[in-house]
Amino acid sequence: MDNAYLIETVIKVVVILLVFSALAGIGTYFERKILAFMQRRLGPMNVGPYGLLQVAADGIKLFTKEDIIPTNVVGPIFKIAPVITAATAFMAAAAIPFLPSFTVFGYEVHPIVADINIGILYVLGVMAIGLFGPLLGGMASANKFALLSAARASAVFISYEVVTGLSVLAPIMMVGSLSLIDFNNYQIENGWILWSQPLAFILFWIAAFAETGRTPFHLVANDHEIVDGFGTEYSGMRWGLFFIGEYANMFFISFVIPIIFLGGFGDGTVLGAFALLGKMAFFFFFFLWTRAAWPDVRPDQLMWLCWKVLMPLAVINVVITGFVMMF
Amino acid sequence: MEQFNNRNVADNGYFMVDIEDYPTDGWGRFKRVIERTFRLELFVGLWVVMREMIKFDIHTISYPEEKMPIGPRYRAVHEMKRLWESDAERCIGCGLCEKICISDCIRMDTKIDEESRKEVTEYTINLGRCIFCGYCAEVCPELAITHGGEYENASDQREHFVDYEYMLTPIDTMKANAQKEFEGFGAITPHEDERVTKTPLSY
Repeated sequence: MDNAYLIETVIKVVVILLVFSALAGIGTYFERKILAFMQRRLGPMNVGPYGLLQVAADGIKLFTKEDIIPTNVVGPIFKIAPVITAATAFMAAAAIPFLPSFTVFGYEVHPIVADINIGILYVLGVMAIGLFGPLLGGMASANKFALLSAARASAVFISYEVVTGLSVLAPIMMVGSLSLIDFNNYQIENGWILWSQPLAFILFWIAAFAETGRTPFHLVANDHEIVDGFGTEYSGMRWGLFFIGEYANMFFISFVIPIIFLGGFGDGTVLGAFALLGKMAFFFFFFLWTRAAWPDVRPDQLMWLCWKVLMPLAVINVVITGFVMMF
Repeated sequence: MEQFNNRNVADNGYFMVDIEDYPTDGWGRFKRVIERTFRLELFVGLWVVMREMIKFDIHTISYPEEKMPIGPRYRAVHEMKRLWESDAERCIGCGLCEKICISDCIRMDTKIDEESRKEVTEYTINLGRCIFCGYCAEVCPELAITHGGEYENASDQREHFVDYEYMLTPIDTMKANAQKEFEGFGAITPHEDERVTKTPLSY
């Protein structure tokens, strides 16, 4: 391992951390604005031009708030839980190629921290570990609503892991590799996987909503009990870490969907890079769009949907793909 | 107005919503799921919110800079009016407002002055008790106590709003002919002249 590679990796890690922490903040701004426009409101308007500095105001508030550790909570677990959510969200980003490789001052940069040969498996696996954030946070909180929410959230996350894994299995069979770079290169030659695997695309997209805990599968918060689910007892920056983790997850899954199904960054041109960012923006926007339009489903309906509809469809899809590839 | 007075709603375009019976067997439930899935109702919802975003018909009023006009019948903190002719206070100390006040928050004290006219010496409204029902303004025979439109009542003391001097139209405003006449409860309606009839004295 030479020095240049080491320095490059460190810089990439820092850039990804900074960019996506900032994006998580700006993501909240976009969410509030878009939700407001869809509900005929204005959204934040007073802090800075068009409310743009609202993100900074929220950040200052989160950082300067008292870090309350309530009595009766299990201290160390309570403290580490938000870190797990945020850390796993960012760790998942290590195997995602955000842009095609480009050349800076004669040095070729690959905008992926580690092109490991189990890329997609790693991304989904680490995102799944993020489940421990809500689960441990809710269980350590000494709050029954937090506990209920944690139980529900972990049930949803574990169930939808099945759908995510099975739905992405068919594209993996076609590509014959788990690296996201290979996915991209496969689609340069053979066209978007979306056209050959539309069902897998829809299943993966639906599961992405459950994996990120967004409406219509927003069961991590107890909306019907008017408490904030597993985050009820959290305040200040610990709660902020849950928040950053959730939004970073949304951004990363919005990158993963186009890379797997919609051609990724294409053949490495600038146009392809912008196309990937555009697709990412659409998927992120869709998260906000559905939040404005759709109601939440009941937990039992969510389980029903997962085990009785989506999982059988995913299995059938895998079987059909296998037969088509065999004959 | 006619359509609002018509209480016979049955033949007014109202109809019972046609709701199908819930399916009882598995096959019926399966059919319902398939039907709901492929009718794409979810996309109707998506389209509606997208349409509203594109139309950009924002209903928010950015409040401190922008304010809604207040109707004349709005009942905010009370005002005491002056006579147009003499700039003197309109209140004749009859005490009707004190008597009609259902939350018992008006207190007044009167005396007979040198010209043997009734004069108000003390007049207070306890805004902590006042429910802003508007009876005092309605009962006042002189339109002296009225409600105003001032709803921004932030202060460290509620009593700031209920000084007799505070409620009374300032004499400068009066000199500038800028006193706003009250149009709410008990006020004379604009076309009162046409509607007024002589009181028949020969019962």
